Amino acid sequence: MPVITIREALNQAIDEEMARDKNVFIMGEEVGHYNGAYKVTQGLLAKYGDNRVIDTPIAEEGFAGVGIGAALTGLRPIIEFMTWNFSLVAIDQIINNAAKMRYMSGGQFTLPMVFRGPQGAGGSLGAQHSQTFENYFAYVPGLKVIVPSTPHDYKGLLKSAIRDDDVVIFMEAEKAYNYTGEVPEEEYLIPIGKAEVKKQGSDVSIITWGIMYFTAMQAIEKLEAEGISVELVDPRTLRPLDSETILSSVRKTKRAVIVQESWPVASFGDHIAALVSREAFDSLDAPVEIVSGEDVPMPYAFPLEEAALPSVEKIIAAVKRTLA
Amino acid sequence: MPESARTKKLLGFYDQMLRIRRFEEAAAKAYAGGSIKGFCHLYIGEESIAVGAIANLEKQDYIISTYRDHGHALARGMEPGSAMAELYGKETGCSKGMGGSMHLFDKDLRFMGGHGIVGGHVAVAAGLAFGARYQKERSVTLAFIGEGAVSIGGFHEGLSLAALWKLPVVFIVENNLYSMGTPQYRHLSVKDISMRAEGYGMPGKRINGSNVYHVFEEVRDAVNRARSDHGPTLIEIITYRFRGHSMSDPAKYRAPGELELKKEKDPILVTHAELLSIGVSEDTLKAINDKNKKIADDSVEFAKISAFPPASDLHKYTYVNP
Ligand SMILES: Cc1ncc(C[n+]2csc(CCOP(=O)(O)OP(=O)(O)O)c2C)c(N)n1
Ligand SMILES: [Mg+2]
Repeated sequence: MPVITIREALNQAIDEEMARDKNVFIMGEEVGHYNGAYKVTQGLLAKYGDNRVIDTPIAEEGFAGVGIGAALTGLRPIIEFMTWNFSLVAIDQIINNAAKMRYMSGGQFTLPMVFRGPQGAGGSLGAQHSQTFENYFAYVPGLKVIVPSTPHDYKGLLKSAIRDDDVVIFMEAEKAYNYTGEVPEEEYLIPIGKAEVKKQGSDVSIITWGIMYFTAMQAIEKLEAEGISVELVDPRTLRPLDSETILSSVRKTKRAVIVQESWPVASFGDHIAALVSREAFDSLDAPVEIVSGEDVPMPYAFPLEEAALPSVEKIIAAVKRTLA
Repeated sequence: MPESARTKKLLGFYDQMLRIRRFEEAAAKAYAGGSIKGFCHLYIGEESIAVGAIANLEKQDYIISTYRDHGHALARGMEPGSAMAELYGKETGCSKGMGGSMHLFDKDLRFMGGHGIVGGHVAVAAGLAFGARYQKERSVTLAFIGEGAVSIGGFHEGLSLAALWKLPVVFIVENNLYSMGTPQYRHLSVKDISMRAEGYGMPGKRINGSNVYHVFEEVRDAVNRARSDHGPTLIEIITYRFRGHSMSDPAKYRAPGELELKKEKDPILVTHAELLSIGVSEDTLKAINDKNKKIADDSVEFAKISAFPPASDLHKYTYVNP
């Protein structure tokens, strides 16, 4: 199987879906002539032209709204935010318009569209450019929220997102665009709303998504060397959430550690912890642990940024607490 | 102004522009060496705007800027060591190492930050002006804005409010012809941005930025207007950045020969030539350059020997009362 980067996996997914359906177009800052701020859209302008690969001014609220209007007419927009930090000026469009139009119209209109872009700590980018936002969107009925981890998942899920008839929030990891993994040559889709057990184990379940998958896997390697058997469940889609796969893993291992890059307060990790505590209470042998980013805006100073993020050590400590 | 006073002023501008240029060259070197990380946006080629504009300010005036903020901070008088230490993420930095290159802050200088979200600081500029007037301070706010920011809502709302309430603020659009990799004609329906001022109900003008003295004079009128309570002004200043958008941008989008052509109008060269033509000696100018080279080197030295903030500072600044 070819080994490719997450950047390439995304590029392939967009390319294949644009080739498949002429109603799919992509719009955002620097997506065309510059070939993407992070080169995700490399080559697409040359291939599809500026009717379908559209450079925008810096006007996130504007082009998010244009995407919504275009979706109402039956097109399938992919709206790229250069990063999700900049989506905040467009959040009114996403929450008040995109998420509600179908419901408010009594189901007359659908918005088959994807909002996508990178998020998270990119490395010394400071407080305004290092944020994790899945909680903001997972909170909202009417949105689907996907936060993939491996190149394989990125590709299969983005293709499904583009074909989906609802509004999909697709959140990539800025730091992971160069990460590599196996991706099949032949076409495949990954269903939205299906978790995957990425590693089987028996002593404890780690539930994690997005870039934290890689950090968790490093922790697991060390834990297994010490004889602790860890199962890793990657929900992949946060909304709708595949609760069953999470719960059956926890019922088996009797312990749960949730790992998320986001801030700890009112977070998606809390949502999963509540779910597990409620639905698998009788199986639990230890309180549910959550490893999160520290509860601070991201500092620029390099050692402090490192301290602010979840780490292999923090995950190992949390796992051991559940076993103590 | 008598000729000698003008010469003196121009020499000061030359000195300040070189302070910024040598500082940023040193920063670029440190970035290449890995001592400075993240996003780092250089102002090289645009120094005449910060220097000419800020020369009009008094101590009680405010400045607010974008992520491309080194020039504005230094022109306001920030210690180069304090700025460089911030780029290095050290606790002796102007923002204690918590902000980085994009977020220089200095309360004493009323330097109200470099800001990372395009358009996000424009209404804040209006708010600084509001606060100052409320407190009867007679202070003026200078807001520096990229030309790529004029399509976003925050820009319109900020200018609308400032004009409505006649706030003492001067909006300076630094038009360096590119918004990241996008030339103006591909992101804006109009060529003349200053024309928009009329729609908000404030005066607007469009000037060339290569002559620092010209910038100084044009901004002076707007600052005087704001200080005498006649309201805001929008000034578009045409300039050019000689480096990429940030350190990670190879800037392949420029037309062939464009950069070389623009470098002929380098504001430092323009001022250098003018100073020679009015009788300042090459030796004097060289001494100014050498001094600023040393200031830049010293700032790097200071940043290097400074310590990172301790891990215990991680939660220190989130709240006044946690
Ligand atoms: C709301 C928002 N969208 C996108 C970005 C990413 N971004 C940072 S700078 C920039 C270009 C800005 O160009 P301009 O305003 O002309 O200023 P310059 O960098 O040329 O000084 C972009 C797109 C951002 N920081 N904020
Ligand atoms: Mg610009």
